[in-house]
Amino acid sequence: MTQKVQLFITCLGEQFYPTVLEGMVTLLERLGVECQFPNAQTCCGQPFYNSGFQSEAGKLAKTWLQTFGQSEAPIVSPSGSCVDMVRHHYPELFPAGTPEHAQAVAIAQRTYEFTEYLVHVLNVTDVGAYFPHKVTYHASCHGLRGLGLRTEAKQLLGAVRGLEMIPLNEEETCCGFGGVFSVVYPEVSRAMMQNKVQNILASGAEMVVASDAGCLMNIGGGLRKAGSSMRAVHTIEILAASESNGGLKRGAQ
Amino acid sequence: MSERPTYIKFGEYTEHIPANIPAAVQQATGRFLGLRQMRVSEMPQWEELRQAASNIRLHTLENLDFYLEKLEQNVRAAGGQVHWAADAAQARATVLEIAKEHNVKLAVKVKSMATEEIGLNHALEAAGIQTYETDLGEFIIQLMGTGPSHIIVPAVHLKKEEIAELFTQKLGVEAPPDPVKLTAIARATLREKFLSAEMGVSGGNFLVAETGTLVIVTNEGNGRMCTTMPDLHVAVVGIDKVVPDWETLTVLLKLLARSATGQKLSTYTAFISGPRRAAGENGPKEFHLVLLDNGRSKILQDPVARETLKCIRCGCCLNVCPVYKNVGGFAYGWFISGPVGAIFSPQILGTEAARELPFASSLCGACADVCPVKIPIPKILLHLRRRVVEGDEFAPASAPLMVRAGAKLGTFALGVPWLYRFGTRLLPIFTAPFRKDGWMSSLPAPANLWTKVRPFPAFRANFRQWWAKRTK
Ligand code: SF4
Repeated sequence: MTQKVQLFITCLGEQFYPTVLEGMVTLLERLGVECQFPNAQTCCGQPFYNSGFQSEAGKLAKTWLQTFGQSEAPIVSPSGSCVDMVRHHYPELFPAGTPEHAQAVAIAQRTYEFTEYLVHVLNVTDVGAYFPHKVTYHASCHGLRGLGLRTEAKQLLGAVRGLEMIPLNEEETCCGFGGVFSVVYPEVSRAMMQNKVQNILASGAEMVVASDAGCLMNIGGGLRKAGSSMRAVHTIEILAASESNGGLKRGAQ
Repeated sequence: MSERPTYIKFGEYTEHIPANIPAAVQQATGRFLGLRQMRVSEMPQWEELRQAASNIRLHTLENLDFYLEKLEQNVRAAGGQVHWAADAAQARATVLEIAKEHNVKLAVKVKSMATEEIGLNHALEAAGIQTYETDLGEFIIQLMGTGPSHIIVPAVHLKKEEIAELFTQKLGVEAPPDPVKLTAIARATLREKFLSAEMGVSGGNFLVAETGTLVIVTNEGNGRMCTTMPDLHVAVVGIDKVVPDWETLTVLLKLLARSATGQKLSTYTAFISGPRRAAGENGPKEFHLVLLDNGRSKILQDPVARETLKCIRCGCCLNVCPVYKNVGGFAYGWFISGPVGAIFSPQILGTEAARELPFASSLCGACADVCPVKIPIPKILLHLRRRVVEGDEFAPASAPLMVRAGAKLGTFALGVPWLYRFGTRLLPIFTAPFRKDGWMSSLPAPANLWTKVRPFPAFRANFRQWWAKRTK
């Protein structure tokens, strides 16, 4: 029986990281999973929810649930943050006993972050990737603490041939993105980002890997601002790299 | 100190953070966290303890009237007197009245957050009562004329050089930047105060309902000095500090010092059950307990935010918070700072005065991970953000109308699939003039709030086209 999944590409993924999304499809298909793409999907509502606009977020959540409720297939996303929103906050948005609440609870259980889906549903840790580079890893907050994914991405990266993992000082400290936080208190966000960037530069790695678009935008931008040519890449980009495609595709910085 | 602020300008403060604060704060908090980690790794039952502590605190809060009554009875039975203060003003007035009755001229204080909360020092000084903080950190910030910048290390933001300079200026003594010598100077100054003070003022870490016992945890001998040397001891304690009995107290004590400073137990844990009963016994002639509400019973009515009151003021959430570590405690504008300050202050001061604080977090969740009583701080932050922007049954919205209109417009546009897709196609075109090497290094307002810190990646959506082509 072939597994089917619905791709939940997220706003930031769609706008800035198309190669990550392509990589996700390539990898899933390589593992024998059939991908579906609900074309009506937009934003899950997280930016509004995190800004306190719960009723506004509720409207987007309703649309999202309708869109992904069309199919019974599990939902897979390259963002721990957006999955955390669906899994933990959607059920809070609707009063218990309403059909929306029931739907939110049911969908929450079949919505997965990408590395989580690979390791815990497909039981795969070696995707056969080849990536002969020294990398360091930043643990994104919502995947880490929201979804409790402490080891999954590292297990997958650990199995990549040629890859050398360099430990990152303060790996689990927030990079200062925080969604709306980054523009509401830019100076605090800057201080946190600079701290992260300093640690990354000091690691001696060739690039930094993370599993969430928000962190990549922030850290990648921070590296560039610091005058470094080092790149911030998504875990999926590395997992999709093989000897035949010769490493990373050119994509988001 | 810590007068009740009318509006807390977190954002404005963070634009000019004194350069030395983050370094000083990071050094101290890093040390505490490292020690805490050691203590936690020694205790395989740590998570069970946290859960037990959380249950104890919640159970007590949910039955607070019962335990407070029991506490009152038992404090009285032990010979103490109990006063109820609905708010800060009443608490100050109560303490002043007691002080006047006893003709107090000089008061010595144990470090206490509750007295910072009610601004007691100012009130005492204004009434002509000389007041001395006797905890070294509190002594320093009192000389400085500021409030505390950390729950358990009030002067964490200062370096020893700054303290030496302060002592030289304010105490008129030769003070070298040497912690041991500085402590000796403070000690010598305070010794005579202990001997001549007519009143000792303290807060309290816990109140044991079962026996009417006040529990004070300190690392300096000053706590016992303040509560035994003067004939009068007045304790101001929040009503949230009550615990049912000694068994539950034990659980909380196991967590407190480990989470706070990484000690197994603080150097001194004092248990005070009423005044001295017989001549020759230790302790004051009179013991007064002022139980402070100051908005706490209102917080209790909110089932989500109620958990705020589980706090045992260990300061661990500050130590682990990347925001706190980069801005220091003063950014939070009141006596309590860091993640717990960001949820406590808006509830006590109101979301009008402290509406910036719930947003002063990246929601990274590090605080909730370490909190020994498992307060879901990010969840409460979100709950309060909602109160600020949408309003709830406890307070009307206080965010500017523009912000609210913007959110409505945003969700509308994002909620219509074709409109979203249309926008997605337009964005790369509209932003083309700003693009260079895949980045946009400066954008017009309001996007410049992002680009002033780091460049923005170029819009490059094409997944839908890619998908459409390959499935054709
Ligand atoms: S909220 Fe939790 S971690 Fe923070 S001071 Fe209170 S008890 Fe400690």
